Amino acid sequence: MTASRLSSGGSAIDRSRPISFSFDGRTVQGFEGDTIASALLAADVAVVGRSFKYHRPRGIWGAGVEEPNALVDVAGSVRATPNTRATTEPALAGLVAKSVNATPNAAADRNAFIDRFSRFIPAAFYYKTFMWPDWHLFEPRIRAVAGLGKVDPDWKSPGPADQINRHCDVLVVGAGPAGLAAAKLAAGAGKSVILVDDQPLLGGSLLHRDAEIDGKPAAAWVDGTVAEIEGAGHLVLSSTTAFGIYDHNLIALNQRHHDGRPDTLWRVRPRQIVLATGAIERPLPFANNDLPRIMSADAALAYLRRYAVLIGRRIVVATNNDSAYEVAGALATAGADVTLVEMRKNALPAAPSGVKLLAGRALVSARGGMRVEGVTLDDGTSLAADSVVVSGGWTPTVHLFCQARGKLAWDETRAAFLPGDPVEGISVAGALNGAVALSDVFSSAAKATSAIGETKAVAPRSTGAEAIGGVLAAWPIPSAKGRVWIDYQNDVTAKDVELAARENFVSVEHLKRYTTLGMATDQGKTSNLAGLALMANITGRTVPEVGTTTYRPPFTPVPLASFAGALGGELMSPVRRLPLENVHRANGAVFQEYGGWLRPAHYGGAGADADRTIQDEARRARQSVALFDGSTLGKIEVMGPKAAEFVDFIYYNTMSTLKPGRCRYGFMLSENGVVFDDGILVRLDENRFVVSCSTSHVASVHARLEEWRQDRFGRGAVYIHNATSEMATLTVSGPNSKKLLEALDLGLSLDDAELPHMAIGEGRFGEDAVRIARVSFTGDRSYEVSIRADRAEPLWARMQETGKALDAVTIGLEALMILRAEKGYIVIGKDTDGTTLPHDLGVDGPRTKRKNEYVGRRSLFTDVAMQESRLQFVGLSVAEGEPPLATGTHAIAKGGGKLRSQGFVTSSYHSPTLGRPIALALIERGASRHGETIDLQHLGMLRHATITGPCAFDPSGERLNA
Amino acid sequence: MTRRYSALSLFKEGLAGQKGWEPAWRSPEPKKTYDAIVIGGGGHGLATAYYLAKNHGITNVALLEKGWIGGGNTGRNTTVVRSNYYYPESVAIYDLAHRLYEGLSADLNYNVMLSQRGMVFLAHSINEMEITARTVNAMQINGIDAEIFSVDDVRRVAPLLNFAPDARFPILGGGWQGRAGTARHDAVAWGYARGASRLGVDIIQNCEITDFIIEGGRCRGVHTTRGTIRADRIGMAVAGHSSVLAAKAGFRLPVNSYALQACVSEPVKPILDTVVLSPGTGVYVSQSDKGEIVIGGALDRVPSYGQRGNLPVLEGVIAGLLEMFPTFAQLKLMRQWAGIVDVVPDSSPIIGESPLPNLFINCGWGTGGFKAIPAGGTLLAHLLATGKHHDISRPFDLARFASGRLLDEAAGSGIAH
Amino acid sequence: MQLFTCPFCGPRDETEFHFGGEAGNLRPDGADVTADRWASYLYMRDNPKGATREIWVHMNCGEFFVMERDTVNHKVETSIALDSAEHA
Ligand SMILES: Cc1cc2nc3c(=O)[nH]c(=O)nc-3n(C[C@H](O)[C@H](O)[C@H](O)COP(=O)(O)OP(=O)(O)OC[C@H]3O[C@@H](n4cnc5c(N)ncnc54)[C@H](O)[C@@H]3O)c2cc1C
Ligand SMILES: [Zn+2]
Repeated sequence: MTASRLSSGGSAIDRSRPISFSFDGRTVQGFEGDTIASALLAADVAVVGRSFKYHRPRGIWGAGVEEPNALVDVAGSVRATPNTRATTEPALAGLVAKSVNATPNAAADRNAFIDRFSRFIPAAFYYKTFMWPDWHLFEPRIRAVAGLGKVDPDWKSPGPADQINRHCDVLVVGAGPAGLAAAKLAAGAGKSVILVDDQPLLGGSLLHRDAEIDGKPAAAWVDGTVAEIEGAGHLVLSSTTAFGIYDHNLIALNQRHHDGRPDTLWRVRPRQIVLATGAIERPLPFANNDLPRIMSADAALAYLRRYAVLIGRRIVVATNNDSAYEVAGALATAGADVTLVEMRKNALPAAPSGVKLLAGRALVSARGGMRVEGVTLDDGTSLAADSVVVSGGWTPTVHLFCQARGKLAWDETRAAFLPGDPVEGISVAGALNGAVALSDVFSSAAKATSAIGETKAVAPRSTGAEAIGGVLAAWPIPSAKGRVWIDYQNDVTAKDVELAARENFVSVEHLKRYTTLGMATDQGKTSNLAGLALMANITGRTVPEVGTTTYRPPFTPVPLASFAGALGGELMSPVRRLPLENVHRANGAVFQEYGGWLRPAHYGGAGADADRTIQDEARRARQSVALFDGSTLGKIEVMGPKAAEFVDFIYYNTMSTLKPGRCRYGFMLSENGVVFDDGILVRLDENRFVVSCSTSHVASVHARLEEWRQDRFGRGAVYIHNATSEMATLTVSGPNSKKLLEALDLGLSLDDAELPHMAIGEGRFGEDAVRIARVSFTGDRSYEVSIRADRAEPLWARMQETGKALDAVTIGLEALMILRAEKGYIVIGKDTDGTTLPHDLGVDGPRTKRKNEYVGRRSLFTDVAMQESRLQFVGLSVAEGEPPLATGTHAIAKGGGKLRSQGFVTSSYHSPTLGRPIALALIERGASRHGETIDLQHLGMLRHATITGPCAFDPSGERLNA
Repeated sequence: MTRRYSALSLFKEGLAGQKGWEPAWRSPEPKKTYDAIVIGGGGHGLATAYYLAKNHGITNVALLEKGWIGGGNTGRNTTVVRSNYYYPESVAIYDLAHRLYEGLSADLNYNVMLSQRGMVFLAHSINEMEITARTVNAMQINGIDAEIFSVDDVRRVAPLLNFAPDARFPILGGGWQGRAGTARHDAVAWGYARGASRLGVDIIQNCEITDFIIEGGRCRGVHTTRGTIRADRIGMAVAGHSSVLAAKAGFRLPVNSYALQACVSEPVKPILDTVVLSPGTGVYVSQSDKGEIVIGGALDRVPSYGQRGNLPVLEGVIAGLLEMFPTFAQLKLMRQWAGIVDVVPDSSPIIGESPLPNLFINCGWGTGGFKAIPAGGTLLAHLLATGKHHDISRPFDLARFASGRLLDEAAGSGIAH
Repeated sequence: MQLFTCPFCGPRDETEFHFGGEAGNLRPDGADVTADRWASYLYMRDNPKGATREIWVHMNCGEFFVMERDTVNHKVETSIALDSAEHA
């Protein structure tokens, strides 16, 4: 045994509540409050995972978010999550943890042999080989050894993750001494405060570092301050990581619950952000510095004081700065045999009692296999050790500051990048800003909050001994012996950085990408600076000249589920629903989505043979009378003194000549001339029109009308109101439609003289006004009856009831599609595409005749618009007995041994009324090729068809008045 | 010095501590004059420089990059390579690129990791199945490998997709291109840089073009942050920054610059062997060789040169991904970023002479120009070397906007990217 | 998430807005406009890097307005209702 749990102490654990969980198949005991990492340490597990590339054995390095090595897949009593950081994940009873990238387990990984070949597979080796015959041949093997954790394919979602939006005056990130002080001062200034910290316990470094504040021990001060802040009604969130600062200082938080609930995403918009994110300890560069049980000194202290885990018996503490002295002293006091190897020679703090100090000495290598066994110093001294704890100095956690576009300033004496010029709305405090002594920390917090307003709170005072911050930079150097590891997770060594430099990957971003330095799940929190300092050394530049890579969110990995929140299933893109949906369902409607609306495709129930039902509906619709719910049609009112002028401009067709009470069919074009929508325009009176646009275009047509109104006509000239959802529109079509409607007794004359085709009338159904438009999308006599949406049900019921005697049929959209195709009526977006101009559809009048301006006009006269070889709208008929063409079939021509598309089938059905297939198509020069038989191809199969006019049924249009 | 890359040289270098490799490309000081200048060290610029030297023997060439090569969209994209386009003009250009990609590792002696793992375009409705049929037919007619996939076919290549019939975007089938896949973006940039440098091209980084030298109405060179450099043939391939340079040259382009975001999950063992695109969610996804799930989606909605990710678009994209692959909800987001893409109204590239004589442009690749890099380079090199269009680039001339001869793939096939 | 200010509704999330184009892109009327002039109106853009003046619509209230902002750092300077803006 080297690491062990002490019999007393441990501020974070509750010894009265033992727990156990499994790691790589073995049972591990711990206490409530343990992290997976602290429990594994207490159980003296040394190897907790394997590195990404070489499958090197790796142990726990840190005690927080910076951890590069200790990743585990967790499952069991908790939700399955791959690649969980053992240092931040609570050890819950029944949890099952499995080391990543290790088969069968971390202690005995089958792929460990790869490390023996490491010299042949340095950084970026894959660009230099695997080219013959083809990379894809090697790829599966490489992929299988890469990757870390495993996804559970049977995983079931526990439900959507919560997302919370908040505003506050001040958001403080980090609840160490700086953050606590800043929060307290901001609260005292009467501001609303949110304080967040990524640890389960608040206090940051005060959780394990010696301090006395306002005469109290650190822990008591922390508790008191938190209680004070929370007591005043401010929000304090633990286990919550601020992971991104986005535009306009929106800050995103990842809150973990540890009780089975998915993480919560907070989007907070504070007026002021105080970053008190502290600093992260760096490793020291020496050969084999990645062996298990070589650990961050600060982490060793955290494990000792928070979890009562003493990580070894014979410990070498190696440092280049003052912060490790407290660690060495504490480890010695706890009973370990401690040697402190100090790089610096002069002006050193006093050696802690019980600690052997070797000043002016550095580690050059460590030895050991599955755990460290000893170290060699630069004077050749060899020391045995079961653990090595190192402090290579501190890297301020500048990530969020940089995400907010903050620039960094290099501080030579601290050997670190510090936040540079301030960013609007953001201030920085504490170790992030380079403060070491607690009194400096507190004064930086006061400064960070000074602009927020006068505070009633008293700034805390450090009343105990103070840490000092001396440091001697210790960066990896070129040509060092052995393998000096820089990025533990991605297996980047100093030699890889040298290789990158040798091959001219000297820009810091090239260095990162070439070696993958800093691209692992820890995003290089412990490694980036060492890598770029080495690059600076090799290329004769200073560290700031080399610069840092871009800091990108998230600061720590955040569950995907958190971002999605409730935005799944129907909420992903909500479908619109008919007012009579339930009535249709009761009537056996089978629904499908069309243009964002859920509409009956056909009736007859889900069990019915869809094709037969649809054919039946379409056939019967022509025989007597059909009922159809057309409520989705757009109903946008345009009114005002310039309404007529406005619709003239909006439509391709002249509309101002329309008489009140009449309707006209027309196209709307985009400015590029393409037909954007088609539909009926109704003129209610001189200054009032209703734009009836197609279902899927209601929102976009409305937006377009508004745009032109505001841009070209002005607020007082036209007013636009989208009444689509206010009204239901029930369509009655067929030879007997008039008969059915008359029986409803709507209080208006349906006489053809008074209500001819393309006219409207006003009537009543009971108490409610109804508008009747005699327009047709079937080619048969039809009436569209519009009524308040909430009163549509009785009218529909009456129609159904009355229809019985007439053998009426209720049809869904599919039958309607057949009926309109029989007539050659287009559906925009189906029978047209994003290049179709109005004259391609045979409507050339306005283009050649109109004198006044309209949307898209000039585009109808470009070279391309006038080109002969345009695709034009036609019908296609196939030889007798042949099946319908598939929609999407292309017309083809051969030339020069090559095939060429001449257009394609846009709609195709079997027409039950005609008893043969019908098809609509866009065909090159189609309008002038009626009668020509052409070749077509679908999935390699050749077909033939004859070009016809689009209208296959009742070409003279007699049925409109029959 | 070891020049050639191979398993054997890697082995030999391994025995010698990998110390003998020569620089992948040289970084010389810029000369005062060159025969040609290429502006922009993205894939298109680097490939242009390479093909100028290789295809046309023009080696006295400077490639000028304001930052580090490959640092623009070429190093930020989701690396999908495919050629299943709708219009013959598009097919010609993307097929040229695809074929060159297939031989690129050998040509450059640099493994660009072309992984032809296939790509499936899902169809979520009968209408989308019809559109898929239309596009697949067009591709087959144009000589591109394309197939229609049934639901079972889709299940075979991507079993973790959400096949529930009541899903918001139910899967009815889709379209498939087997030769499609991914390639390693950095390797494409570095491989071209290495190839060009060896043929004599000067690759000059940290060299921003600040203005053009215009004499007698023609472009004669550039002012840069590293001095004035002259040449009578200048090509620019600066993607999202095209309008900025065009303004300096005195003209405007039909380009809007937007951020396009992408993100990756933490690496996991292989779970997705192909590239999947859903038109319903607008999301496309693949798994990198390192194991990260690489996720791309819709363009940002606010024009920007900001080159950074944001929350609203990310949330929509991830929600879309989880709609497609519900089990991916156990993964964590590792990194999020953005590139500034050059969006053109018809989403087709612009290649050709600019209104300023001697200056040629290659831009407008928008969200989908990684797959086109070898072609973009070949065609711009051809223009620079001959002063004339290659047949394949002619339809993509800037003049198409006045003639109305747009090539709108989205309009034709409903598929962007 | 950027905050844009609708002149009518006040500051709102960027997702409520829709980009309407560069301000000052005047529409030339008539069938005899030159092809270049028309293409310029339809397609050519300044697309500036830095300060820009744009038309936006707040989709919730439907009002179009002019916004001045910076396309690099995303700082928003002003929002002006169309009536009062000389967006011409
Ligand atoms: C997130 C994302 C995902 C994408 N996914 C795909 C995909 O899956 N498949 C696909 O095919 N395409 C994809 N793309 C698009 C693709 O990345 C680009 O179309 C392509 O990389 C463009 O290459 P380029 O060489 O033209 O531009 P870039 O790679 O952007 O290079 C332009 C270079 O010009 C430099 N430059 C700019 N101004 C100056 C100046 N004044 N002086 C000197 N140098 C200058 C820039 O620094 C930059 O290096 C994606 C793009 C993004 C952003
Ligand atoms: Zn508003």
